[in-house]
Amino acid sequence: MTLDSKIPPGPIDQKWEHAKAHYKLVNPANKRKYDVIVVGAGLAGAAAAATMAELGYNVQCFVYHDSPRRAHSIAAQGGINAAKNYQNDGDSVYRLFYDTVKGGDYRSREENVYRLAQLSVNIIDQAVAQGVPFAREYGGTLENRSFGGVQVSRTFYARGQTGQQLLLGAFQALERQIALGRVKMFPRHEMLDVVLVDGQAKGIITRNLVTGTIGSYAADAVVLATGGYANVFYLSTNAKASNTTAIWRAYRRGAYFANPCYTQIHPTCIPQSGDFQSKLTLMSESLRNDGRIWVPKKGGDTRRADQIPENERDYYLERKYPSYGNLAPRDIASRGAKEVCDEGRGVGPGGRGVYLDFADAIKRLGRPVIEERYGNLFEMYADITAEDPYSLPMRIYPAPHYTMGGLWVDYNLMSTIPGLYVGGEANFSDHGANRLGASALMQGLADGYFVLPVTVGDYLAGQLGKKVAATAPEFKQTQADVEQRINKLVSAKGSRSVDSFHKELGNIMWERCGMARTAEGLKTAIADIRTLREQYWRDVRVLGTNEEPNQALERAGRVADFFDLGELMCIDALHREESAGGHFRVEYQTADGEAKRDDDNFLYVGAWQFKGEEGAPELHKEPLVYEEVKLATRSYK
Amino acid sequence: MDLTLEVWRQPSRTAEGKFVTYEAKDISPDASFLEMLDVVNERLTEKNEPPIHFEHDCREGICGSCGMMINGVAHGPAGGTATCQLHMRHFSHGDNIRVEPWRARAFPIIKDLIVDRSPLDMIIQAGGYISVNTGSAIEANTLLIPKAVQDRSMDAAACIQCGACVAQCPNGAAQLFTSAKVSHLGLLPQGQPERYERVIRMVEIMEEHFGSCTMYGECEAVCPKEISTDFIARMNRDYLSAKFRTRRNETER
Repeated sequence: MTLDSKIPPGPIDQKWEHAKAHYKLVNPANKRKYDVIVVGAGLAGAAAAATMAELGYNVQCFVYHDSPRRAHSIAAQGGINAAKNYQNDGDSVYRLFYDTVKGGDYRSREENVYRLAQLSVNIIDQAVAQGVPFAREYGGTLENRSFGGVQVSRTFYARGQTGQQLLLGAFQALERQIALGRVKMFPRHEMLDVVLVDGQAKGIITRNLVTGTIGSYAADAVVLATGGYANVFYLSTNAKASNTTAIWRAYRRGAYFANPCYTQIHPTCIPQSGDFQSKLTLMSESLRNDGRIWVPKKGGDTRRADQIPENERDYYLERKYPSYGNLAPRDIASRGAKEVCDEGRGVGPGGRGVYLDFADAIKRLGRPVIEERYGNLFEMYADITAEDPYSLPMRIYPAPHYTMGGLWVDYNLMSTIPGLYVGGEANFSDHGANRLGASALMQGLADGYFVLPVTVGDYLAGQLGKKVAATAPEFKQTQADVEQRINKLVSAKGSRSVDSFHKELGNIMWERCGMARTAEGLKTAIADIRTLREQYWRDVRVLGTNEEPNQALERAGRVADFFDLGELMCIDALHREESAGGHFRVEYQTADGEAKRDDDNFLYVGAWQFKGEEGAPELHKEPLVYEEVKLATRSYK
Repeated sequence: MDLTLEVWRQPSRTAEGKFVTYEAKDISPDASFLEMLDVVNERLTEKNEPPIHFEHDCREGICGSCGMMINGVAHGPAGGTATCQLHMRHFSHGDNIRVEPWRARAFPIIKDLIVDRSPLDMIIQAGGYISVNTGSAIEANTLLIPKAVQDRSMDAAACIQCGACVAQCPNGAAQLFTSAKVSHLGLLPQGQPERYERVIRMVEIMEEHFGSCTMYGECEAVCPKEISTDFIARMNRDYLSAKFRTRRNETER
């Protein structure tokens, strides 16, 4: 199968207009005859479900939380980008597009990114209309701040809770449609498989997390908005339940998985403090607007931060990247931290940390201004570490945060399974090999509010009269597969807990497929994952039964999929013999240690096709063509 | 540190529950309360005993999933934090800690420390939104909002819908939660067209499911986002004004 990205014709700034002018439409009176399933209710899922319901479709929305408002989009702190140019600082749709392509190290699809930049302005309008309380100037207009990898101020924010406020906007729109009876909500339901009838996605299989009931649900189209897979590393900034199961099950049913090795390690997280650690906490990138990152010039310096004089500090990002300084993109800032710690100059317990220092900003702006900008982040830091970041610098270290890879989708966000759409972090489309800060919220909402509602309609227009009931044999068969797998897990009465396996897998991934990767390390990782997975199925201990709330069983299924995904990530990272963005292969770097791309051989999206339990996955390539942006070596110096 | 936990265990909504005592030894003061429970659960699993079920997800104090009564106080002794952000350094070696699920008639127990908080979503469904379809928004900066108004609205919007306010209230009332949403939207110019209908609809559904507010103020004391009871006063004022207004015929809408 060749990958057809279905890019509309015409100049780049008119492609989306052209596409919309040519999509098939569904008659308003017919819309209620179509059922659409949306899995996930984060920014992309809630926005898509609410908007499609507003259009008149029957929507069924499934989440594993007790309420759609719990999705992990809620934890996004810093902000959302939009090319409004309210600051008159030279911003434009083109510049946002260009920054995103460059930030992604030239591994994203130009046309999708351009559309994203165009839609960014509509998102802000929509959010404000919903009552999202973005920060404002005294004159009443919207305020902006800067984020990494750009030289304009285009980030809109609501204190340090931008994700929460945007998600509440989408959640409230969704609740309104639930009240109107146009969305049927299925809380505490986890999707465990997608059902194909004649090669098209026609429904899903779910487990009711309270009763254990396995259910079949049919629809004319299925939208997956189930987020990213950074929890493959065990310790990440993701919520505990965030997982790959929905997209992994779809992969096993024929959806191609694109660029799984592109993972984002976020530079500013609170360092790990012990073995009991269950997750890592992000400190928003916005802190880098005012915080200065440094380590002592000489290794083994154990003096307290405020005892180290200015001339014995190394502000390494400002030194290496004078024009972007502390606002260098995430992949670069993370590698910088790893490098200085590897040199033995790291601070804090174990030497895995660098300082993020606000002393200068407090001196310049006064404490009240810093409190106003970052107060809740400072409090969170103090809660977790019992240190006061107003008087001592924060200690930070990189942690897995976001995954640019995901299910392959065309311009219309449809996967290689007809009728199966993928939005938000779950797809691969817009961020290339590295995502810029404040762009995930933008992409989730662009997909959910503006792209999916029209592109899904285009597909549905051809599906009239092709409804399949949830009693069809394909549903029975898929449900039987799901039940068999659950039985296998609950009957596993081995000796080790699910979490102990997950931690071990995470450690393999972090050491071998984290911030720096080598061919040798990846080969070792693949072998280690296979051994561990074999042990897992033999020796995992899942107590209790299926017919009750069973959190160990929930985790057991997710971790089983993480094993398979982790292996594919390593295979992808091994095959990509270049460095690009968050994928840093030690063998491929410039003389000064920067990522060295190989555009002659790797200027493509690597999309993997599942070939059965025993077969090796097959690689398909979607060539990347750059017509608007000239390929160049990324420089932030 | 070593601790003794008394944890409410209840296999299902209809089953009988009881307190079970567990020894939690060698707990790091830097661990969060939920990480302490993780450690206890790992040890229970080793002993083939069913782990304690509790709800949690982001562990950053923002998703609102977690929450339990810790020695009778919702989210525990630290104040201004959700349970996931409560760290063990707030306890001392040898402490006895009683852990219970949210206590409220509106929140039936699902299992152990997990309760059903869906009536809170029903309050939002009753009117906790601004009716604006995707695509019909005006240019964002055509709406000027004084900074102070925006800040006040944000103070209310910070609610994470954890349900601590209800759990701590001797009456099981949801006034703090409801008033936070009523105020978030009612303070903003975008929220004005539906302001009075919204407060009536939300308050009516609230009263169907929850107890009455008699201004104990315990909700504010345990709210992880420190949302002020001033919003309750504001909601009551709006509700009263709404009642005095001529209500449009419901069938018009």
